[in-house]
Amino acid sequence: MTEPTSTAQHLDLDESNKTYLDANELILNMGPQHPATHGVLRVILKLDGEKVLGLECVIGYLHRGVEKIAENRTYTMFNPYVDRMDYVAAVSNGLGYCEAVEKLLNIEAPERANYVRVILTELNRIASHQLWLGTHALDIGAMTPLFYTFRDREEILKIFEKYCGARLTTHAFRIGGCQYETYEGFEKDVKKFVAFVAPKIDEYEELLTTNRIWVERTKNVGVISAKDCIGLGVTGPVLRASGVKWDLRKKQPYAAYGKFDFEIPTGQNGDTYDRYLVRMAEMRQSLRIIRQAVDSIPEGPIMAKVPKVMKPPVGEIYHSIEAPKGELGYFIVSDGSTQPYRVRVRPPSFVNLQALDLMCRGQLIADVIAVIGTLDIVLGEVDR
Amino acid sequence: MVSKLKRQFGSGIEAFTYLGQNYLNVDRSLITNLLRILCEEEQFDYCVDITAVHYPKRERQFDIVWILYSFERNERLRVKTQIADGEHIPSAVSMWPTANWLEREAYDMFGIHFDGHPDLKRILLPEGWKGHPLRKDYGIIQQDQEWVQINLGIESGQ
Repeated sequence: MTEPTSTAQHLDLDESNKTYLDANELILNMGPQHPATHGVLRVILKLDGEKVLGLECVIGYLHRGVEKIAENRTYTMFNPYVDRMDYVAAVSNGLGYCEAVEKLLNIEAPERANYVRVILTELNRIASHQLWLGTHALDIGAMTPLFYTFRDREEILKIFEKYCGARLTTHAFRIGGCQYETYEGFEKDVKKFVAFVAPKIDEYEELLTTNRIWVERTKNVGVISAKDCIGLGVTGPVLRASGVKWDLRKKQPYAAYGKFDFEIPTGQNGDTYDRYLVRMAEMRQSLRIIRQAVDSIPEGPIMAKVPKVMKPPVGEIYHSIEAPKGELGYFIVSDGSTQPYRVRVRPPSFVNLQALDLMCRGQLIADVIAVIGTLDIVLGEVDR
Repeated sequence: MVSKLKRQFGSGIEAFTYLGQNYLNVDRSLITNLLRILCEEEQFDYCVDITAVHYPKRERQFDIVWILYSFERNERLRVKTQIADGEHIPSAVSMWPTANWLEREAYDMFGIHFDGHPDLKRILLPEGWKGHPLRKDYGIIQQDQEWVQINLGIESGQ
C-alpha cells in the first residue's frame, strides 16, 4: 500500500526538483524600468506570498559624477549643474549651493535678492509637492489629481520662464544674489498665482482627503517612527509626519526666512496618509510665506559686488537648506584656487530612500508602490 | 564640551571654528570612542553625512568627515580624522543606521574600508567596476573601459 504524498514529504524534495510553488520565499525584481519607481530605481523584493519580507534598492543608474565634475569647474561654472540633481526643485538646489559659496567667500546677498529667492524657492516647493501629489496619486490609482496638479504647476513654470527663461532647470540664482532684476509685473503675477492656487489646493483635498479608497490605501501604510527617522537620517516631510517639529527654515534660518510667519505642519502616525496631509499643509504655508514676501520686497540692488574671479580662502563649509524633500547640504572644501577642491552634496532623497526597506517590511507589494511615492524621491538626486 | 572631551582624550583632539562652524580634528585611534560618546552622551543623535576628501600629496591621504547634528541642542559639529591609503576605519552603523549607505558611498567613491559595516559594497557604480572616481588621481573622463566593453557592448562610454 502506498501512502498518500503529504505536504511535508512534498517539501522534502531535493533542491533541483523543487518548483517555485514549493518555495516559501520569492525574490521579485522590480525595475529599473518601472513606471511606479519615478525614474530608474531597481528594487529587489523578498516576498512571502504578497507580503514583503525585505527589500534591497539598487541605485546608480543615473550617476553622472556631479561631485567629480565640480572639482573640474570653477565655482560659477558648477552652478547650473546643481539644478540637474533634484530637477523638479532646481531652485532649491541653486539656493543651497549659492549660499554655501557665499559663506565661503564671506559675501552676503542683498536683502532684495533674499526676498526674491524666498519667493522663487517657495513657488518651487509648491511645484515639487504638486508633482509629487499627482504622481503619487496616479501610482495608487487615482488619475484625476495628476491632471489637476499639472494644470496648476504650469502657472508656476510660467513665472519661472518669464523670470529667467527656463522652466525646469532654472539656474535662477547666482553666487552673490540673483542675475536678473524681476520683470515688469512679477509681483502681480505672483499675487495672481497665490490667489489662483489657494482654492485649488482645497480642490485636491476634496478629491483625496476623505476619499475612502485613498484613505484605505494610505492609512497605516509605510509607518515609520520618529526614532527610526532620526536614526536613519530621514528629514523633510517624512520626519515631520512622524511628529518631529523640525524644519531648517525655522531652526537655522537662511535667506530671509527668519522674517516671515509660518508654521511647521506635523503629523502623528508617520504613515503615508499623514505624510500626505503634511505636504498639503506645507503648500498652504508656502503660500503664506510668498504672500508676506511679495508684499514687502525691499528696493535696492539684487546682486552683491562679487569678484569676477572667485577665489575663496582656504577652508571648508557645510551649509544646508530645507529642500522640498528634506535637508539638502553642501560641504565645500576650498584650497584657495578658482575651483572647489571638493564638493560633497548631501542629498535628501538618497538618505530618505534608505528607509524604504524598513517602511515596507510586513506590507504588501502594492504598498511598496505607495511608499516609494510617499518618500518623494527624485532619482537624479539619489544618483547624482 | 570640548574641554571635557580634551580632559578625557588628552592631546588627540583639537577644536576649531571656521565661519562660525565648529569642528574637531581627532586622532585616528580615538575615533571609535569619540563618536560613541558624541552619539550617546552628547546627544548628537543625527548623523547628517559621512564623506571623505582626498589629498594625494599628504602621507595620510584621506580626510574622513562626519557631520553630526543634535536635535536637542540645535547644533552641528564636524569630526575629522586622517588616514593613510589602505588603512581601515571603524564603521558607525551601530550608532547611526544612516551610516550604512553613506559609508558605502565613501567606499565606492574613495575606496575607504569601514570595519564592521554589515554589507560594504559599491552603491552608485556597478559591482566589478575598477577604480574609485573621487580620488584625485582618477581623471575626469577616465572610466573602466573593460567593464564598459563587456557589459554595455560598446567601445567607449565617452
